[in-house]
Amino acid sequence: MKILVTVKLVPDTTAEKRIDPSTKRLVRTGVETVLNPFDEYAIEAALQLKEKAGGDTTVTIVTLAPESGKEIVRKALAMGADDALMISDPAAEGSDVWGTAYALAQAIKKNGFDLVIAGTQSTDSTTGELPGALAEYLGVPGVTYVRKLDLDGTALKAERETDTGYAKVSTDLPALVSVTKSINEPRYPSLKGIMGAKKKTIAVQTLADAGVDKPIGSDAARTEVTNLETPPARGKGQIFEAADAVAGATKIVEFLRERKLV
Amino acid sequence: MSTTLPRPTKLDPLDMLDLDADFTSDERLIRDTVRDFTRRRILPNIADWFERGVFPKELALELGELGLLGMHLDGYGCAGTSGTAYGIACRELEAADSGLRSFVSVQGSLAMFPIHAYGSEEQKREWLPRMARGEAIGCFGLTEYDHGSDPSGMRTVARRDGGDYVLDGSKAWITNGGVADVAVVWARTNPDDGPKSGAVRGFVVPAGTKGFSTKNIERKISLRASVTSELLFENCRVPASAILPGVASMRGPLSCLSEARYGILWGALGAARACYEAALEYAKTRVQFDKPIASFQLTQQKLVDMMLELQKGQLLATAIGRLKDAGTIAPQHVSMGKLNNVREALAICREARTILGASGITLEYPVIRHMNNLESVLTYEGTSEVHTLILGQALTGIGAFS
Repeated sequence: MKILVTVKLVPDTTAEKRIDPSTKRLVRTGVETVLNPFDEYAIEAALQLKEKAGGDTTVTIVTLAPESGKEIVRKALAMGADDALMISDPAAEGSDVWGTAYALAQAIKKNGFDLVIAGTQSTDSTTGELPGALAEYLGVPGVTYVRKLDLDGTALKAERETDTGYAKVSTDLPALVSVTKSINEPRYPSLKGIMGAKKKTIAVQTLADAGVDKPIGSDAARTEVTNLETPPARGKGQIFEAADAVAGATKIVEFLRERKLV
Repeated sequence: MSTTLPRPTKLDPLDMLDLDADFTSDERLIRDTVRDFTRRRILPNIADWFERGVFPKELALELGELGLLGMHLDGYGCAGTSGTAYGIACRELEAADSGLRSFVSVQGSLAMFPIHAYGSEEQKREWLPRMARGEAIGCFGLTEYDHGSDPSGMRTVARRDGGDYVLDGSKAWITNGGVADVAVVWARTNPDDGPKSGAVRGFVVPAGTKGFSTKNIERKISLRASVTSELLFENCRVPASAILPGVASMRGPLSCLSEARYGILWGALGAARACYEAALEYAKTRVQFDKPIASFQLTQQKLVDMMLELQKGQLLATAIGRLKDAGTIAPQHVSMGKLNNVREALAICREARTILGASGITLEYPVIRHMNNLESVLTYEGTSEVHTLILGQALTGIGAFS
C-alpha cells in the first residue's frame, strides 16, 4: 500500500511574522523554516498505519517547496517516512491554493497512491482549503478533520470532527484524509532515525517532471490578496476577584453559563 | 523578487549569539529530540528521584529506544552521530540532571566505548547491541579508594591461572555499579605472567560472575538520581576471552575518560543554562521594594555575567566538538573545556541561587540540585587541579605531577 503525506514548509511558528508590503506575501527570509506542525500529525498517522499494516506499505512525503527546504523535509524521513518527493521549481513561486493543489495532485497521480494524508491547515496562511481541493483534483473521496482513523484492507473508517461532535465516515481506498491534532501525539525522531534519514531518497522534480501541465505560479493564481490589515488588538479580559478558589470558580461558571458556554 | 535587508538576529536571552545556528540540521534535530524527551519524561519527575535517591532503571530502555546510548559509536546498533551531536545531547540531558547525563556518559563513553575500541568481535557482538538498546547497563571500574587522580597506582590485580584470570581488589565511586549488567574493569596483571604482563588490562565482567559483588554508596548529597557503588572482586575467575585484546596500558582507560570528559564539558553548560534560566524568570517576577528584582543593577549584573560565561563556554564546546569531529582533538583540548566549563557552570549555579534567595535551596527549583550535582562533576573524571596541571604542562613543557 502506498501512503502519501503532503507537507508544507512554513516559517518558524514562534517567530514574529512580517508581510512584505510590495508583494503582500509573508517574508520567509531571515526566519527559520520548519515543517508545518499540523503536518506532523499526518506523518504520525501514516506511520502508525504502516506499522499496523506491515508488509510492503510505504510512506512517501510530498511537498511543493524550494530545494533549499530539503533538510526540513528530512525531519519527516527521520520520523520514519520511507522517501520524499519535492517539487521544486522557481515557476511555482507565488502559487495559490488552487495552483498548489493542482500541482500536488498531478505529482501524486503520477507517483501512484492508495491513501493521501494531509494536515488540516498550515500555520502560515491557515486557509485549510488544500485537502479538499486536493481530493477533488485526485478524484477520490476526501474525509477532512479526522480525529480517528482505521484501515482494514482497503476499507477506511474515520471519525470526522464537526462543530457539534463527530461523524463516523467510511469509504474505500483510494482516498484522502486530513487529520486534526487530536488524532495522535507525533513522535520525535530517534537518533537512529535522524542518522538513517541521511541515506533516504528525496527526489527533486520540476513541475514538468511531476506532470504539471498548466502554469501555477503567481501569474496563474486564481486568487489575489488585495489588502492586508493587522487584526485589532484583543480587548482587556474580565478579571473576577474572589475570596477563595471555590468562590472564584463559581463566578467563572456563572459567567460561562450566562453565555451558554457550559 | 523582493529583497530584504539583513536584520539583527532576534536576541534570545538563552543564546544571544545564536550559537546553536552553527549546528547542522541533524544536530539541531537531535537537540530538539533530547530536549523534548527531558521535558516529557525527566523534568516532571527529577526532583522526586533526586529526593528519594533513586535512578529509575526503566529509563535505560527509553534512552536506548531514543538512540542515546553509545550514540557517537558506529555499527552494532549504535546511531553513529557526530561528536558534536553527542555533546549537544549531553548538554540537553544535563540541563535536566547531571546524574542522568552521568548514566548516559558512563554507558556510552566508559562502558561501550572500550568494548567498541578495544574489544574482540565476540565481545562487541555480545554486548554492544544490548547496551545500545539499554537492555544491558554497563559500568567502568578504574578508580579505587586510594587511587583517584593517580589511577596507575591501582591495587586491583589480575592473576593468570591456567587459561583464566583471577581478579582481586576493589573499585570505588563507580557510577551505575549496583545496576550494571556488565563491568569493564581495569586491573594490573601480574608481572610474571608472560607477555604484556605487568600491564594494566581491561576485563569485561558480567554481573553475577562468582566472586564479583557490588555495594552501593549511600548518603550522597550530590548526583542522587544516579547509582554510585563499590565493585568488589574476591577470587573472581574470568576466562581469558574476558580480556579486552586491543589495549595493554593506561592508554586504554585514559582514552575512555577523555571521551567521557568531552561529554561533560558540554553537559555542564546544560546544568548552568537551567540555573540561569530559572534565575532570569525568577528575577523578572519576584517583587521586592515594589518592583521586580530584575530592576536592580546588582541583579542585572549577575544575569549578564552568567549569560556571558554561558556563551563563552558554548563557543569553547563547539570549537572542541569540531576538533573532535575532524579527528584532530588532543586530550589537552578536553582539559580546557572540562576545566573551564564545569568551573564556570558551578559559579553560575551558585550565583543563580543568590537570585532565588530561600527558594533557591528547595527542590521546587532546579538550582540547588544542579549546584550539588556539579560539586561531583567538578572533581570526577579529572579534578580541576589535575586538568589545570595537564594544561600547565602543555604550556611550559614541565610536568608538575608524576
